[in-house]
Amino acid sequence: MVPLSWYLLLSAAVFSIGVFGFLTRRNIIIMFMSIELMLNAVNISLVAFSHYLQDLRGHILVFFIITVAAAEAAIGLAIIIALFRNKNTVHVDEMHEMKG
Amino acid sequence: MSMLPQLFFGYFAAAIILMSLLVITRKNPVHSVMWMLLLFFHIASMYLFLNAEFIAAIQVIVYAGAILVLFLFVVLLLNLKDELETDRFIGSWPAGLLVSVAIFVSLAAALKSLVLGQSGNFTVALVQKITHTKALGQILYTEYLFPFEIASLILLIAVIGAIVLAKKRMRSH
Amino acid sequence: MEYYLLIPFLPLAAFLINILFGKAFLKDKAHWVAIPAVAVSWVVSVMTMMEVIGGKTLNQNLYTWILSGDFRVSVGFLIDPLTAIMLIVVTTCSTLIHIYSIGYMHGDKGYYRFFSYLSLFTFCMLMLVMANNFMQLYFGWEGVGLCSYFLIGYYFDKKSAADAGKKAFIVNRFGDFGFGIGIFVIFLTFGTTYYDQVFAQAAGFATKSYSFLGYDVHLMTLIALLLFCGSIGKSAQMPLHVWLPDAMEGPTPVSALIHAATMVTAGVFLVARCNPIFSLSETAMIVVALTGAITSLFAATIGLVQNDLKRIIAYSTVSQLGYMFLACGVGAYTAGVFHLYTHAFFKALLFLCAGSVMHAMGGELNIQKMGNLRKFMPVTYWTMLIASLSIAGVPGLAGFFSKDEILWLAYSGASPVGKLVWGMGTLVAFLTAFYSFRLIFLTFHGSFRGTHEQEHHLHESPKSMIIPLMLLCVGAVAAGWVGIPHLVGGGAHFTEFMRPVLGHAEGHGTHSEEWMVMAISVAVGFTGIGLAYFMYMLRPDLPGKLTQQFSGVHRILFNKYYVDELYSAVIIRPTIWIAKNVLIGITDAKIIEAIVNGVPAAIGGFSQQLRRVQTGLMHHYAVFMAMGVLVIAAIMLLRAL
Repeated sequence: MVPLSWYLLLSAAVFSIGVFGFLTRRNIIIMFMSIELMLNAVNISLVAFSHYLQDLRGHILVFFIITVAAAEAAIGLAIIIALFRNKNTVHVDEMHEMKG
Repeated sequence: MSMLPQLFFGYFAAAIILMSLLVITRKNPVHSVMWMLLLFFHIASMYLFLNAEFIAAIQVIVYAGAILVLFLFVVLLLNLKDELETDRFIGSWPAGLLVSVAIFVSLAAALKSLVLGQSGNFTVALVQKITHTKALGQILYTEYLFPFEIASLILLIAVIGAIVLAKKRMRSH
Repeated sequence: MEYYLLIPFLPLAAFLINILFGKAFLKDKAHWVAIPAVAVSWVVSVMTMMEVIGGKTLNQNLYTWILSGDFRVSVGFLIDPLTAIMLIVVTTCSTLIHIYSIGYMHGDKGYYRFFSYLSLFTFCMLMLVMANNFMQLYFGWEGVGLCSYFLIGYYFDKKSAADAGKKAFIVNRFGDFGFGIGIFVIFLTFGTTYYDQVFAQAAGFATKSYSFLGYDVHLMTLIALLLFCGSIGKSAQMPLHVWLPDAMEGPTPVSALIHAATMVTAGVFLVARCNPIFSLSETAMIVVALTGAITSLFAATIGLVQNDLKRIIAYSTVSQLGYMFLACGVGAYTAGVFHLYTHAFFKALLFLCAGSVMHAMGGELNIQKMGNLRKFMPVTYWTMLIASLSIAGVPGLAGFFSKDEILWLAYSGASPVGKLVWGMGTLVAFLTAFYSFRLIFLTFHGSFRGTHEQEHHLHESPKSMIIPLMLLCVGAVAAGWVGIPHLVGGGAHFTEFMRPVLGHAEGHGTHSEEWMVMAISVAVGFTGIGLAYFMYMLRPDLPGKLTQQFSGVHRILFNKYYVDELYSAVIIRPTIWIAKNVLIGITDAKIIEAIVNGVPAAIGGFSQQLRRVQTGLMHHYAVFMAMGVLVIAAIMLLRAL
C-alpha cells in the first residue's frame, strides 16, 4: 500500500515545477501550460485524499476544477490570440504598458 | 505482500515529474504540448490506482482531448519562427527557482503536521460495487446539483467570452 | 386625537409642493396650495383646542429619529394646554397673514418662494411648540431661525436685507450656542431629553451643584440660564436684541408673523415650558425678570424717538417681549403666556397696518413724511387705532388684561425684585402708550407731509389685506376676554386652563391694592396717550424744541444707545482684525497651506519612489504574489509547530 504522503509529495513537486515554469518562462503559452500543471498537481492530491478518506467530495472538487480549467483555457487562449494580434509577440517580458 | 504497488507508483511518479520538467523547459511549444499530452495520460493512469475511473476518463477526454488540442491549435496559429531563436527563460530565472523550491519545501514541511480527518462512507468496496461513475453521479445530481448548474453557466460564458475576445475587431470607418 | 398630525404636516406638504413645482407651474397661484394647508391646520388646531379644554392631553412618540446607546431622540408630540394655546396663536396668525400676503406680495417675482418659506416656517414653528423633547424643540428652533433668515433676506438683491439676514442669523448663534449646551447639560444630568422625564426628575436635583473650574455651580441655575441664553437670542432680549429691528428689512407680513407674533415668542414659550426647571432656581428667575424689565424699558425709550414706522413697532415688540419675560421671571408664567397670546394679535395687527400704510405710500417708512392718512385709508386707520389702544392698555381691550395681570403679579408676587420690575413695567406702560400714539398721530393725523406723487397715489389697500386686518382687530379687542380677572367679575379662565402646566402664581395683596395697581396702569396709559396728543396734535412745535433742549439724550436714544456701534467696536472689528491678521496671515498662509501643500508634496515624492515597483512586467508581479503565498505559508507552518 502506497502511503498518502507519497502522493502528496508528488503533487507538491509537480506544483512547484508549475510555479517555476510560470515564474521563469517568457512564452505566455508555456506559462499558461504551467498553470494547467499546477491545477493537475492539486487534482492529484485531491483524488489521493478522497481515496484515503473514502469520501467522494474530493472527486466532486476535481470535477469542478476540470470544468473551470476548460473555461479558463478557452478564455485564456482567446486572450493570447487577441494579444498576439495587437502586439505581434507572445513574450511577456516585451510587454510593459503598465509600467508606473 | 508484493512491492508491486510501490513499484508502479515509483514509475508513474518519476515519469510525471520528468514530463513536467520537460513541458516547461522545451523551446518549441509544440513539443511542450506533446509532452503534456503524455503527462496527462500518466496522471489519468494514476487516478485509476486511486479508484477514480470517472475522473481518469474525463482527464483523458477533457484535458487531453479538448484542452490540449486547443493549446496545440493556438500554438500553430501563432508565428513561432523567432521562438526557436530567442531565450526560453527570463534573465532572473534563479529567483524563480528559489521561490519555487521554497514553495516545495514549505509544502513538504506541512506534511509533518498532516492529520487525516474522519473517514467517509464510500469505501473502496462500496464504490466498486455500485461503480464509480454511478456513485459520483448520485452525489453530483443531488447534493451538488446547484454548483453543477453553475458550472454549466461558467462554460457557457467561457464559450461566448472566447468568441468575443478572439474575434477580429471590425474597424469603424 | 390622531388628526393632530395634520397640524404640522399640512404646511410641510404645502412647502414641498411650492418649492418643487412653484417656479415652473404654480407661480402666482402658489397661495392656492399654502393657504388651504394652513387654514386646515387652523381648523384642526381649534378642534384640538376643544379636546384639550375637555381635559384631554397627549404625549406620543411617533418615530425614533436617533438611537445611540442611552441617547434616544424621537419625533414626538406633546399636546397640553400650553401647546394648544400656541397652536391657536401660530395657526391663526399664520392663516391671516397668509391671506394678507396675497395682496401684499401681489406681482412679486418670488411669489411662490415667499409662500413656500411661509409654509416651511409654519411647519417648523408647529414642530417647535408641539415637541415632547428638547431635541425636537431644538429642531424647530433652528428651523424657524433658518426661515427667519430666508425671509429677512427675502429681497436678497438688496444689500441691507442680506446683511440684516446675516446679522439675525449670527446674533442668534450666540444664544443658540448656550441653548445647545443647555440641552447637553440636561442630557448629562437627567439622561434623557423628554420633557416628562426631565421635569419629573428636576425636583430631585434641586440642590445639586456642579464643580466647574473650582466654582460650585448650582445645577438648575446653570441649566435654566443656558436655556435662557437661547431665549435671549430668539426673543431679542438685551444684549442680543440688535437683530430684531434690522429684521424689518423683510417683507411686512414676515415682520408680522415671525418677528412679532410667533417666532420671537418662542423664547417665552421655552421659559414657560421649562418652568419646572426655572422655578427651582431663584437666581435664574431674577435674571429672567431683570433682563425682561431692563430690555422692556430700554427698547421703549428707543422707540420714543425713532422715525421708521416698522422699527418703532419692532422696538415695541422687543419691549413687549421683555414684558413677557418679566412675567415669567416673577413666576407668573400664565400671565407671560397670556400676554404672548394677546400680543400676537395686536402686534401682528400693528405690523399688517404698517404694511398697508407702506403699500399706500409706495414703500415710504418715515413717519415724518406721512400725515392725515386716515382720510385715505379709513379701515387701516381704525384697525391700527384699536391695536394701539390695546397695546396702550385701555381697559376692555386684549392688551389691558394681560398687561394688568403681569403688573399685578409682579407687584404682589413673592419675587425679591417684584416691586422693582413692577415700577419699571409701569413706566414702560406709559412709554408704550406714548410712542404708540405718537405713531398714530404722526401717521394718520395732521397734514400730509409727503410728496405730491405719493399723495396722489394714496389709496386703501385691497380686500385680501383689509379682511385679515379686520379679523385680527377682533382678536386685538376680544382675545383678552378669556382671561378677565376675578376682580372685575371675570372667570380668569385662561389661568385655570393653564394651571396643569404652568401652575398658578398667587398674588399676595388685598383687593384695594389690586385696584390700585390696575388704576395706576390705566392712568399711565391714558397719560401717555394724552401726552402724545398734546405734543403732536396741540403743540406740534414742542417735539422739535425738546429735541433741541435735550439733544444729548435724544442723540443717544436716536442712535439706540450706540449698541450696534459698541458691538462693532468690541466684537466685529476685533474679529475681523484677528481673521485678517492672524487667521489669514498666519494660520492659513503659514500653517494650513504648509500642511495642505506639504502633505501632497510628500505623498507625491514618495509615490515617485514607489512607482519604481510597478515595472509593468508580469513576472515581477507573479514573483511578488508567490512570495506572498510563501510568507503566509511560513506563518501557518510556524504556528503549527
